[in-house]
Amino acid sequence: MNIAENQIDEIIELEYNIHLFKVISPEIARKINPGEFLNIRISELAIPLFRRPFSVCDVEDDCYYLMFSTMGTGTKLLASKKPGDFIDVLGPLGNGFNIVDDFDRAIIIGGGLGVAPFPYLTRQLKGKKEIISFIGGRTKNDVITYGLENISVATEDGSLGFKGNVIELLEKELDKTDNIKSKIFACGPTSMLKALKILAEQNNIDCEISTECTMACGFGICQGCPIQSSADEDKYLLVCKDGPVFNSKEIIL
Amino acid sequence: MSKVNLNVKIGNLTLRNPIMLASGTVGYGNEISEFIDLKKIGAIVTKSISLKPRKGNKPQRIMETAAGMLNAIGLANVGIEKFIKEKIPFLKKHDVPIICNIAASTIEEYVECVSMLEHEDGIHAFEINVSCPNVKEGGLQFGNDIKMVGKITEKVRANTTKPIIIKLSPNVSYISDFAQAAKKEGADAVSAINTLVGTAFNIKTRKPKLYNITGGLSGPAIKPIALAKVFEIHRKVDIPIIGIGGIMNWQDAVEFMIAGSSAVQLGTVNFIDPTAAEKVLKGLTDYCNENNIEQVSSITGSYQLD
Repeated sequence: MNIAENQIDEIIELEYNIHLFKVISPEIARKINPGEFLNIRISELAIPLFRRPFSVCDVEDDCYYLMFSTMGTGTKLLASKKPGDFIDVLGPLGNGFNIVDDFDRAIIIGGGLGVAPFPYLTRQLKGKKEIISFIGGRTKNDVITYGLENISVATEDGSLGFKGNVIELLEKELDKTDNIKSKIFACGPTSMLKALKILAEQNNIDCEISTECTMACGFGICQGCPIQSSADEDKYLLVCKDGPVFNSKEIIL
Repeated sequence: MSKVNLNVKIGNLTLRNPIMLASGTVGYGNEISEFIDLKKIGAIVTKSISLKPRKGNKPQRIMETAAGMLNAIGLANVGIEKFIKEKIPFLKKHDVPIICNIAASTIEEYVECVSMLEHEDGIHAFEINVSCPNVKEGGLQFGNDIKMVGKITEKVRANTTKPIIIKLSPNVSYISDFAQAAKKEGADAVSAINTLVGTAFNIKTRKPKLYNITGGLSGPAIKPIALAKVFEIHRKVDIPIIGIGGIMNWQDAVEFMIAGSSAVQLGTVNFIDPTAAEKVLKGLTDYCNENNIEQVSSITGSYQLD
């Protein structure tokens, strides 16, 4: 956990208003794991006030990548940065995906911009595990496949791939599975994660999900991002510090 | 080399400098100690402690507003027993004066908390939270009732020899009346201000954005209000004031001291820049040295009115 000014090396514009920043930081590149995040202060002004959390999208040598779309004041301002500009970065933060477990097939599930942490996860698993990716969006314009492998797509309007949501697609594909030990890694809207949690637990597949919540500090002091623990009714876990990645059995969505 | 004497006296409490970390913005010090050297800070005010552990409110607990934030955490805390067993020893290791913030829903509960902590030598003072806007019992119900603020102060005073600071609500007509009531019943100081009640709605769903419906507004948005409240108390009541409300940098801290604060607390800024306290302290020290100010306490209430 550290605060530093990191320089933007390169900006790549993907389709449909998705920005990819390549940022130089040997320290973060060395330390950060897939699923962990960085909390970025976009401006020194009071608006926007909070830092904005971004999961690390990929790591390459001394650089890391951030993927985002322009949603509000913060991301619009971030999108106006140029190569050579510096950003104020706090991190790495949180707990990422557990990839040292005993599994042979990684099933990656991303909804919309929820795919952001998976290029890095894919890079780490490539050559070691079988990878299948299920990517969903409302329309084809929401489907981001950057840095992913072995992709099946679902869109709610049927404009690309399977017509329906990505969990329905997964359910359909799961029926065909064999005895290969699988583990699910997922990130996306809460409604998607809720449906996935039920499906994974019914089928007894180990499942890790990256959750999202409005955050201020990103490291546990503001207590602003609670998520219900399934083990203890009287306990909230914090998305920023205990997560953002949880085993689906640890939490109630 | 620093020539300025940064010590400040707040009633019976002497601090090495006037920069404190506000309750609810630094937990119990563990996380923030990775960013700043707590030995340099004037004091840390703990997250509100209640007799029993509190789970806190359901999400959504926080949201950003224009130059501010709304929070409705609901006093989530570990409870007094765990605080004594686990949190005090950690803070004592860091050699930082601990001011224990106490929240309760009855007068008896305040007294019980204070009595349980009376012999903890790591605790330098109590800050009595009579003004949390985000809980159903106690909280603002007390903070809006001048007799109750007086009564709580009186009962706590009777049960501790440690300095007492009453944290006042800005959600009243005249905050100075409340400061006066606290003073009359033996408070050593007041801290002003707690958060302002606010809310926000989602225009699509027409639902409140916070689960608790209302929350407490903090951050730079409230600074002018906080300064006016500090100034009002300073003009009307002879009691040390700890200024709080949207301090982001050393200039803000100086402004709060000019308006009448003996010390200041940094709150929301800790979420954005956890190293802010050290920067504010350095800026304040440089300001004193550049202006030949020998005692930082001489800034307190030094406003010039024509």
